[in-house]
Amino acid sequence: MIEGLNPGFILIFGALLVPFTNGIIRSILLLTLPVLALAQIYTLGLGTWGQYEFLGLSIELTRIDPLARIFGTVFCLAAFMGMIYALHVKDTVQHFVALIYIGSAIGAVFAGDMVTLFVFWELTAISSVFLIWASRTERAYKAGMRYLIIQVSSGVILLGGIILYYQETGSIAFNYIGLTGLASGLILVAFGIKSAFPFLHNWMQDAYPEATVTGTVILSAFTTKLAIYTLARAFPGTDILIPIGGAMTVFPIFFAVLENDLRRVLAYSLNKQLGYMVIGVGIGTELAINGTAAHAFAHIMYKSLLFMSMGAVLFRTGTIKASELGGLYKSMPITMIFCIIGAVSIAGFPLTGGFVSKAMIQSAAADGGMVVIWLVMLFASAGVMDHSGIKVPFFTFFAHDSGIRVKEAPKNMLFAMGFAAFFCIGIGVFPGLLYELLPYEPTYHPYTAGHVITSLQLLFFATLAFALLMRYKIYPPELRSTNLDFDWFYRVPLKWLALYTGRLILIVWNWILGIANNIVYSVINTTANTHGNGKILARTTASSTAVMIIVAVLGFVVVFFYRFLQQPVPM
Amino acid sequence: MSKPDDEKKYWLDEPKNIDKVFYAVLILCALVAVPDILSLLNILYHKHIEFEFENIFEFYSLYGLVCYVGLVLIAKKLRNVLMRDEDYYD
Repeated sequence: MIEGLNPGFILIFGALLVPFTNGIIRSILLLTLPVLALAQIYTLGLGTWGQYEFLGLSIELTRIDPLARIFGTVFCLAAFMGMIYALHVKDTVQHFVALIYIGSAIGAVFAGDMVTLFVFWELTAISSVFLIWASRTERAYKAGMRYLIIQVSSGVILLGGIILYYQETGSIAFNYIGLTGLASGLILVAFGIKSAFPFLHNWMQDAYPEATVTGTVILSAFTTKLAIYTLARAFPGTDILIPIGGAMTVFPIFFAVLENDLRRVLAYSLNKQLGYMVIGVGIGTELAINGTAAHAFAHIMYKSLLFMSMGAVLFRTGTIKASELGGLYKSMPITMIFCIIGAVSIAGFPLTGGFVSKAMIQSAAADGGMVVIWLVMLFASAGVMDHSGIKVPFFTFFAHDSGIRVKEAPKNMLFAMGFAAFFCIGIGVFPGLLYELLPYEPTYHPYTAGHVITSLQLLFFATLAFALLMRYKIYPPELRSTNLDFDWFYRVPLKWLALYTGRLILIVWNWILGIANNIVYSVINTTANTHGNGKILARTTASSTAVMIIVAVLGFVVVFFYRFLQQPVPM
Repeated sequence: MSKPDDEKKYWLDEPKNIDKVFYAVLILCALVAVPDILSLLNILYHKHIEFEFENIFEFYSLYGLVCYVGLVLIAKKLRNVLMRDEDYYD
């Protein structure tokens, strides 16, 4: 392979071959590219390649260090998994943009400078929106538009930040930045949009559930984790990230309890999981950054697994509303088992991925004596048991029998889910393999008696709470509904404000235009009245008359001035 | 899709089996609560703790239970404020 080629380019160039293939060749291509990219990461090893001077900027196309490598690795695995899951899809556009999207996410992870990062950053935005539009519904189109505006804005803000940063420091190398001023602030906001910071988060809950069955699975893995990677690279130990992450772990779970669209429940849950990672970056110790990286890895596996299981349900039943589902364990038992594996992993039961990764961030908070954030994370751990641990599998596969009887999910989907489930359990049972990949020396030991017992106490008693609330009919029923979130502000008042501002501008414009028209008309009319056909200044006159008039005027002037110029001028 | 009526009965279709699941959860909870009870009697189990309040009897169990119930009840109240028709934005 080409020495030092950024692994992301393998998928991007590979995508260009997609339109020329079909059938089995296409399938082989789709599955081979992520494997080649993974092979490229590990044949290159650690180091930097592809340095160029471009317009006085030092471009570094490829930089592989342990932090980038663990994200790149899990991206390649997620790409492979997503491609298996999407094998039944015959849509060339989706295959093409999915590869461009994943390739640019991997490319961004391995970018050594911020200009390269910016290019890949925008490319992920532009390519991924087609996975939303591929649903080909009115809702998806509108949600995609909102998504695109927000995503591209993130890129524009990033570019602004990079330019200012370059002016300040004279460097575009993508390393630790830290929050120091306007430039770094803009860069942080750009990363924050894609990490779904509070109030900047709604693009995700809005757009992800509108994408195609396979599109949501692919979208869920990359954009947000790329943003977490960039935060971990540029802003470790930035204190403000701790309360931001704390808010991210708390607020989405209330919405997740209420939401009826189960893919949207998972999007809220994804937002909450990002909160843990942001807290980890904010704490910024070696243990916390290790925890963030490990959590991103484990999270991609179980979150993809949950999205895949819900996608399979949507694919077979045509709906993903909790109020319409139930009793599917009878017809989709294998999907149910995979969904439950994802659910226990996200909840963090021992022997699953969530148990060995999340605890590192929790432990880092405890080491720093951060009581409040520690309690907040523990609250969120009980909360995740509700929406992802119980609600998603329970209302889909159990609860009251909806009477829906369908076939089990297609084989390729089951295989992809099996792949993710294998990693969920594998990471939980052999955490050492994951810890090997971490950016810093792994010092954490998840399997202590105390950790296992306290986790089980928290989770089983949360389950008991659910059982009691269901038994005594206190648990809120699943209802067809829309729950207002922050997007209300730009979907209702801001929209009206824009419409009314537009209308006001139109009125003012028409008024100005009217006045201007009147002026122009009066000029034209006056001209026409004086210079028009047959009007006074346009008449032809005989030259004798003209001479007479001139002589008369001259005579008058001479007499007039002669008379008055005789007078002494008063001083 | 076939009619649900003419298929076999599943174990969970029986209401009394749902009770059994509920009791199973109760038993599991009782089991995981045991170590804290034993530690009251100073046998067997020592938590590695970071904060003093972790020593409160059944801290994690109670925290899980209370947080979960609190979360659901608050969310239920939030429905009054936040819930709109499904086609609200359309």
